[in-house]
Amino acid sequence: MSLPLRPQPCLEVRQLSVSYDRRCVIDAVSTVMHRSRITAIVGPSGCGKSTFLSCLNRLSDLTPGCRLSGSIRLDGDDILSARTDLIRLRRRVGAIAQRPNPFPLSIRRNITMPLEHHGLRHRDRREAVLERVLRRVGLWREVRGRLDQPALALSGGQQQRLCLARALALEPEVLLLDEPCSALDPVASGVVEDLIASLRGATTQVIVTHNLAQARRLADDLIVFWTDEGRGTIVEQGPADAVFTSPQSAITAAYLSGSRG
Amino acid sequence: MDRRPWPDGLAAALAWGVAMGITAVFGLVLADLLRHGLPEISLGFLLEAPREAGRAGGIGPVIVSTLLILAVCLLTSLPIALATAVLLAEFSHGRSGFARLIRASLDGLAGVPSIVFGLFGNALFSLALGLGFSILSGGLTLACMVLPILIRSAEQALREVPSDYRRAAAALGISQAASLRQVLLPCAAPGLAIGVVLGIGRALAETAALLFTSGYVDRLPGSLLDSGRALSVHIYDLAMNVPGGEARAYATAVVLVVLLLVANALTLGIAELWRLDGGTSR
Amino acid sequence: MRAAEDRLLLGCLRLAGAAAGSIVLLIVAYLLAEALPALQALGPLRWIRDASWHPAGGAGAGRFNLSPMLIGTAAAATGAVLLATPLSIASALFCRFYAPRRLGGGYRRLVQLLAGLPSVVFGFWGLVVLTPLIGRWQPPGQSLLAGILILTLMILPTISLLAESALAAVPRAYGQAAAAMGLTRWATIRQVMLPAAITGLSSAILLGAARAIGETMAVLMVTGNVVRTPASLLDPVRTLTANIALELGYALELHRSALFVSGLLLMGMVALLVGISEALRPEERHG
Ligand SMILES: Nc1ncnc2c1ncn2[C@@H]1O[C@H](COP(=O)(O)OP(=O)(O)OP(=O)(O)O)[C@@H](O)[C@H]1O
Ligand SMILES: [Mg+2]
Repeated sequence: MSLPLRPQPCLEVRQLSVSYDRRCVIDAVSTVMHRSRITAIVGPSGCGKSTFLSCLNRLSDLTPGCRLSGSIRLDGDDILSARTDLIRLRRRVGAIAQRPNPFPLSIRRNITMPLEHHGLRHRDRREAVLERVLRRVGLWREVRGRLDQPALALSGGQQQRLCLARALALEPEVLLLDEPCSALDPVASGVVEDLIASLRGATTQVIVTHNLAQARRLADDLIVFWTDEGRGTIVEQGPADAVFTSPQSAITAAYLSGSRG
Repeated sequence: MDRRPWPDGLAAALAWGVAMGITAVFGLVLADLLRHGLPEISLGFLLEAPREAGRAGGIGPVIVSTLLILAVCLLTSLPIALATAVLLAEFSHGRSGFARLIRASLDGLAGVPSIVFGLFGNALFSLALGLGFSILSGGLTLACMVLPILIRSAEQALREVPSDYRRAAAALGISQAASLRQVLLPCAAPGLAIGVVLGIGRALAETAALLFTSGYVDRLPGSLLDSGRALSVHIYDLAMNVPGGEARAYATAVVLVVLLLVANALTLGIAELWRLDGGTSR
Repeated sequence: MRAAEDRLLLGCLRLAGAAAGSIVLLIVAYLLAEALPALQALGPLRWIRDASWHPAGGAGAGRFNLSPMLIGTAAAATGAVLLATPLSIASALFCRFYAPRRLGGGYRRLVQLLAGLPSVVFGFWGLVVLTPLIGRWQPPGQSLLAGILILTLMILPTISLLAESALAAVPRAYGQAAAAMGLTRWATIRQVMLPAAITGLSSAILLGAARAIGETMAVLMVTGNVVRTPASLLDPVRTLTANIALELGYALELHRSALFVSGLLLMGMVALLVGISEALRPEERHG
């Protein structure tokens, strides 16, 4: 692990509240995610982790009835402002969904289509990126012979790795991962986990997970969400070691030691 | 189960009876059409021009006019319908006032009786816009008429595309325009095609809206500004205004019904393919 | 902020949407504009007070009594709805509860096909097969009765399909609960399913009525089209729609305008029925 000695803030969240159809599900949370580090978010089901993550790339805009307030700064610019260029934002902040969601296109087009859209005109360069990212996620050997076959014919684990490759192809500065391994078997899950670890130092990663062991293995920083009558709040945050060893409250201590939650 | 009270059995018998009755009447109508119409149909009938007001000769120009009217109708209605459907399905979350207004207005449009479309088309296209009795007037009138069907089915087709694809595209910074072009519309294509075929069926079946827009002239139209007689109008004219036109009216009706059956089979075929496909290919 | 491409697209889409949405307004506007001369020249009462329908002579010599046509439309539509309602509900019940699954699917397709058959074909069949049959019994055969029968045939598939989807919208659990209580199938249908679907069924019937009022070709071809208030089912009648179809070709000035008044009337009746039917229909829209 080679981390910069003084972590630099990358995403700064201040007083973020989120509501669905006027029902508040995240209540004024503030936190910081640091550059090139892995921040893990844990917490019981329904406490707003996915919702929180979807605010960081404004994918929340796609949910009808979802309203945000507060501020989220990416390198100092408030991304919640109406003037934010969403295309540019989402190019900088990539995301992986919990359920693999490749496009119903060929394996090749899944990766080259977004590249083409973002202005990579040269076919050869697109092909080069294709091979590089597929190797990166360990899929190249498995699919090199059938790049033009439908991506939906791949297995769940392969699909999820394809989605990772698709996101990596755009070289995002930040990567948001919402339970990326929950639909995968232990082997595929291990591959993805290794990949996330290998991106440490290069990419700022925010990963939601229910797997505390995984959080322990991966996280540099840890954020614990909790829910109070349906309103999600952050109850613990800080360097992962510190939070795991000496949590502030008894509830989180029980949750983190695995006896509750 | 062995001794049911009598109303139960009676109800079942009635339901079966009504269903069989409907099937029988339908079969009767079709059989009657085929029995009288089929013997009249030949290649010559399909290609030749009508003679003696339609008592003799064929329906060649009538088929051409019908296809031209249909082409005008689809070429004008499809782009507007697709755009409106995309607006309703992809850009308005179903709550915006504008979308609600459009929906209400389309519901209204769907209820307008076809003869009222005839009045409207005659007043607007034939007279106010000076298109006269012409293929263009008829096609444009039909375009207004099929718009609600096309929009509804296209909107439905788009809504059936899993929203995962939209989120995936958005998360990759792909614009909505590009995600429509590359992912959503291709995914919705079978549903869109079904809508188009439904619209074609409705347009082919229409008569009242065409009587006073595309008119009666049964010659081969020289341009879109010429009047042209549609198949349905031909049936009406032969049956009502031409003594001795019955045989040819039967034959024309068979042609029209066969066209509609083909359209129907096409929708079923598309739906079937879609299901088999299961969205895995492409 | 959306991408520039998306803003452009949205602009175009809004334009198309506005165009599509404004057609119905355009229709009303044109009907009104064309109907206005007659409405102004004749006032509100002559449409039912005049001695007869002889609209060719202008405001002075012309006669503009629409009531025989109004009565014709009302009689034909009412008769058809009365006949078609029980039949289509029986047909929907068959499809939903009585038919084995495969047969039910096939039957539904048949009804869909029937709903798509052109009215001119129904009218033609009525003209060459049905009216001679009636005529053999009571000449001339072209009559209100023929109109009612053909209209019944035409609206039956529509009502049946809509009624079936209304029944399909009733939660399955209702039926299962009733069956678990030992109710027979008919008792379940009568006491649970039909009451639960009543608004949807009413909406279907109203739409069928709207369709019957607006139908032109089929009635035009079988009702004889004599402008006279029918005294019996076997008298010929002329409906509002048939009147327009018969006369618009040669109508001039006030006569033409009077036909647009009847078009407006038709539109009003249909809009009322469709409006009520929409209001009754259980919410199925997204958002
Ligand atoms: N689209 C939506 N509309 C309305 N409410 C929603 C929506 N999505 C989530 N919610 C609600 O917001 C709250 C937080 O949901 P969220 O999915 O963010 O939780 P989570 O922490 O990710 O849970 P899990 O661990 O089960 O994934 C829940 O109460 C949920 O019911
Ligand atoms: Mg979640």
